[in-house]
Amino acid sequence: MEGCAEEGQVMLLGVDYSPFVVRVRIALALKGIDYDFIQENLQSKSELLQKSNPVHKKIPVLIHNGKPVCESMIIVQYIEEAWDNKAPNLMPKDPYDRAIAHFWAAFIDDKLIPSILGTCRGQGEEQQKAVEESVANLLLFEEVLESTGKTYFGGDEIGLVDIALGGLLVTIQTAMKVTDIVLIETQKMPLLCAWADQFCKDDKVKEALPDRAKLFEIMSARRAKDRNEEVDR
Amino acid sequence: MGEGEEQVKVLSQWPSPFAIRVLIGLEEKNVRYESLEENFASKTELLVQMNPIHRKVPVLIHNGKPICESLIILQYIDEVWPGSNSFMPSNPYDRALAKFWADFIDTKFLGTGIHGILKKTGEAQEEGKRYMLEYLGLLEGVLKEFSAGGSKPYFGGEQFGFLDIAFICHTCWFEAMETLGKWKIPWESEFPRLLEWMKKCRERESVHKIFPDPHKILEYAIKFREGYLRSN
Repeated sequence: MEGCAEEGQVMLLGVDYSPFVVRVRIALALKGIDYDFIQENLQSKSELLQKSNPVHKKIPVLIHNGKPVCESMIIVQYIEEAWDNKAPNLMPKDPYDRAIAHFWAAFIDDKLIPSILGTCRGQGEEQQKAVEESVANLLLFEEVLESTGKTYFGGDEIGLVDIALGGLLVTIQTAMKVTDIVLIETQKMPLLCAWADQFCKDDKVKEALPDRAKLFEIMSARRAKDRNEEVDR
Repeated sequence: MGEGEEQVKVLSQWPSPFAIRVLIGLEEKNVRYESLEENFASKTELLVQMNPIHRKVPVLIHNGKPICESLIILQYIDEVWPGSNSFMPSNPYDRALAKFWADFIDTKFLGTGIHGILKKTGEAQEEGKRYMLEYLGLLEGVLKEFSAGGSKPYFGGEQFGFLDIAFICHTCWFEAMETLGKWKIPWESEFPRLLEWMKKCRERESVHKIFPDPHKILEYAIKFREGYLRSN
């Protein structure tokens, strides 16, 4: 039966600190869907992961009734469609609004994430350029909230774009601590800060967010490793 | 949907597979539209106004409102003009698969495969060819599965759908890519289903109308490659 998915086994393969996994966990939590979380070891990927995502061998992978869905935003859209009779609805109904939501989700993946990664991995001039790009990209989201006057990108309720960006929040905030670089500041982005606050306080979202201390450790270690590799070069 | 009230424009560039994708989508739905050719040297005010963030084609302008990103535009076209031919499969799982493979085509297949040949030389280009063959192998397998072992003609099964349109637009560059890479893809022996599928797609009115002349694409591709290698 199309779109009917109340029954069925749901498994999520991932690591709890990955922002892409967090996105999926937020969507599952919002919809109140029970699932088994399989914590993967990325240094030694399980057979199940390799079999379920043979093309990319990446997490997250959602396995619903034995069938795998890959790529975090494709998974979030799948969750919305397969459980479309369960509130909340994560996508607007109007085709134009849907296209805009898809546009911003794609922008986050294609432009925002690479620029933020650049702030963690780059050094000197390269890093400075990444910081400028990241701030410019984040300001676009501030402008969206300014123009709509709504709490969330999805309007009065959390939607696709909130999940796409919100899933990254703890990672971005932790990155700022590790690099000592401010990307989201209240003065420049008051609405975005308010949104971030509101988003992270949501009961359902809270369940899905990663442990900040653990993430800080992981990101600090990675940055130290990157720096050592730079020095060795 | 009223006649004469609707205004559909596409900001386009004739060799762009992404623009070709959108135009094929509109043709399939029998939507009347105006195609506005952007030039390569400088961007028009309209493009900058309609797509300020990326400043790229294609842009669909529907009654004055812009929609950007070709795959997003395809889905929009499908939703606004459902008609009798849905691009997207009806069930969520098949939709997720179609989106997954479309994304694969635009990132890995295009980036590492096609561009690996168009933009590289020597060993790097040879590596591009290897990736291309590997990815074509994957897509041959996907087509076998989605076409129910070949009993149906398309990635969309009976329907010339989202994934068919997402992929077919890149195929008009294949001949140019083979010429520039000085190689021939072993279609008959290695990818017979894809070969058959391409033939079938090219017979469609939409594809036949929109596909540019392969000689023109080759000319353009040569200049594109020369320009790219000069500045990189």
